Amino acid sequence: MTTSAPATPRWRLPYRLVVEPRLEVPRWLSPLVSLGAIIAALLLGALVLALVGGDPWKAYAHIARAAFGEIGVFSDTLVKATPLILTGLACSVAFRMKLWNIGAEGQFYAGALGASALVLSGAVPADLSPWLSIPILVVGGMVCGAAWGLIPGLLKAYLRVNEIITTLMMNYIAVALVNFFVFAVWSESGFQMSPMFPKNAWLPRLADYAREVPLFRGLTTHLGLVLAVLAAGVVWYILYRSLWGYEIRLIGDNPRAAEYAGLDIRRTTVLALLLSASLAGLGGMSEITGVVHRLQTSISPGYGFSGIIVAWLAKLNPLLVVPVAILFGGLILAGREIQPAGVPRLIQGIILFMLIASEVLLRYRLRLERATA
Amino acid sequence: MDLVIILQAGVASGTVLLFATIGEIFTERAGVLNLGVEGMMLIGAMSAFAITAATGNGWLGLLVAMLAAGALALLHGVVAIHFQADQVVSGLALTFLGTGLSLVFGEGLSKAGTVSLLPQATIPLLSAIPVLGPILFTGHSVMVYVGYLLVPAAWFFINHTRPGLHLRAVGENPTAADAMGINVFTLRYTYVFVGGVLAGLAGGTISLAISPGWFSELTTSGQGWIAVGLVIFAQWDPWRAAFGAYAFGALRRLILDIQGPQLLLGLRNPFFYNPYLGFFLQMLPYAFTIAVLVIGSREAMRKRLGAPAALGLPYIRGERGA
Repeated sequence: MTTSAPATPRWRLPYRLVVEPRLEVPRWLSPLVSLGAIIAALLLGALVLALVGGDPWKAYAHIARAAFGEIGVFSDTLVKATPLILTGLACSVAFRMKLWNIGAEGQFYAGALGASALVLSGAVPADLSPWLSIPILVVGGMVCGAAWGLIPGLLKAYLRVNEIITTLMMNYIAVALVNFFVFAVWSESGFQMSPMFPKNAWLPRLADYAREVPLFRGLTTHLGLVLAVLAAGVVWYILYRSLWGYEIRLIGDNPRAAEYAGLDIRRTTVLALLLSASLAGLGGMSEITGVVHRLQTSISPGYGFSGIIVAWLAKLNPLLVVPVAILFGGLILAGREIQPAGVPRLIQGIILFMLIASEVLLRYRLRLERATA
Repeated sequence: MDLVIILQAGVASGTVLLFATIGEIFTERAGVLNLGVEGMMLIGAMSAFAITAATGNGWLGLLVAMLAAGALALLHGVVAIHFQADQVVSGLALTFLGTGLSLVFGEGLSKAGTVSLLPQATIPLLSAIPVLGPILFTGHSVMVYVGYLLVPAAWFFINHTRPGLHLRAVGENPTAADAMGINVFTLRYTYVFVGGVLAGLAGGTISLAISPGWFSELTTSGQGWIAVGLVIFAQWDPWRAAFGAYAFGALRRLILDIQGPQLLLGLRNPFFYNPYLGFFLQMLPYAFTIAVLVIGSREAMRKRLGAPAALGLPYIRGERGA
């Protein structure tokens, strides 16, 4: 507040800024604003990096080169993007209904645990054809992920218990449960990891076909990417072409109208959370069978949380989730080598912040107006 | 395993949750939902420890922690209050941002060695009370006593003062509050800041007093989220918040202590003979948070109590409220 406000200012700015609500949003504006937000976020991130004594441009150039520079690293980027697509889809489905499932991380762990249990307990024998074992593991991972979402879903639907906190608490529980199995049940000679899965529980990689296609030599991209892209198509169809998806969107946009229309909000809540959680569970299954090939501690550098940002950046559109996840996969891949270690997380935080802050530009128009005397 | 020791330690570590929970109660009473408590606590813990390690002055560290977390909260304030963004997502962004910032600026801090901690004190006379004296008034960090003062102060302020009335009005019915001449925007910014300051205090209390040091994200290990859950259990009331916070503190200590003795209630202690069962003990605070939310929501439905009516809704002048 200014200390003295003269009643008649001696001079005034020739223009003043007018803020007015937008009546309609042009189609081109939304992507433009998102792009601007990302650029602003990267600039802010650079500022912070410079503050702690890093060279931001070198760091960014490193991220670009180490993530997209050549086909080998791009393949690794796709590997990192695979779980992100699935957790991003998980968040998109739930968020579209304003159901704040931030437990994708725990559901990811639950899916990984479920798939591992099927393999390590011998329920899926090692001599079973991969044509059978992999579908079984896919279903197992999805079911276990969904089971992890069932408790928050039921609590939300029937007791109106805040799902933000329950899904988040389930994350910590899932991590502890996986740790228990890794240390106490499946520990391989005292190490913090289970024995290696038999080959029929490995998702095929491009490199497996290097003999037929020489270009694929050394490429780690695995079948999980195909599953993830398929899932994106299915989720898009469910959300935008099915009656159930229409119900999800209606409840998200206007719960009261949905209730008056006679929709069963409780049922839809539980089912939407189950779908969301099963996608995250599939992500965990795909990571464990496509990349790690055994259960171990810390299988996720926060895929479940990055999924939230991916979903928001993709405007909850399942088809946009795929390219956004690939960009974020690159950030995570290249970010591992950047010091200090918190940088990728910081940049993700700034991006999400700028993104939601910039949405004000979609609702309001800023205009310079010549001041009238 | 000594019950008095468990309760004493529970009061100490519960103080952290208490600060964060009461801070979030202020913010939510003003109608703003800030889910970024975990991030703000981490910023507080990191900056308190960093400043104290550099200057040797714990009070300065605590002050900087409060201001840093308060500043972070104001970011959420701008986005939530003026830009009318979704407060859930903004709070999540704040968590990411706070975690990232504290990891980046806290790089190498875990090796900073010992730092002069906040003083401890025993209250004369009160500490002589049997049972309660040793639990509540003996050998605690000063921050624990600050916590004792904060609870009645917050309760009195919210329920029995004029600014407290304005605070509640802004959270329950901002349109009416605006018509009464209360500046809704200023008050909301103020209490978002207050919430951040108290979350920063909670973080600083961890790294300087309760479990001194900087252990990156493990410093808070989800306590910020537990605090957000406790607010709902507490039904936005400081006394219930205190009960919940101290109970959780005692639970944390119990989990550590229960693994010690060979015999438990005269039986073989399974947690002693199979240390892996400790992973299930680790789940308890989080499982309890869910249980506590279920209890809170059932009670709220029965008594028709609820969140502040305008919680999470941006106030737009000249628009009819829902």
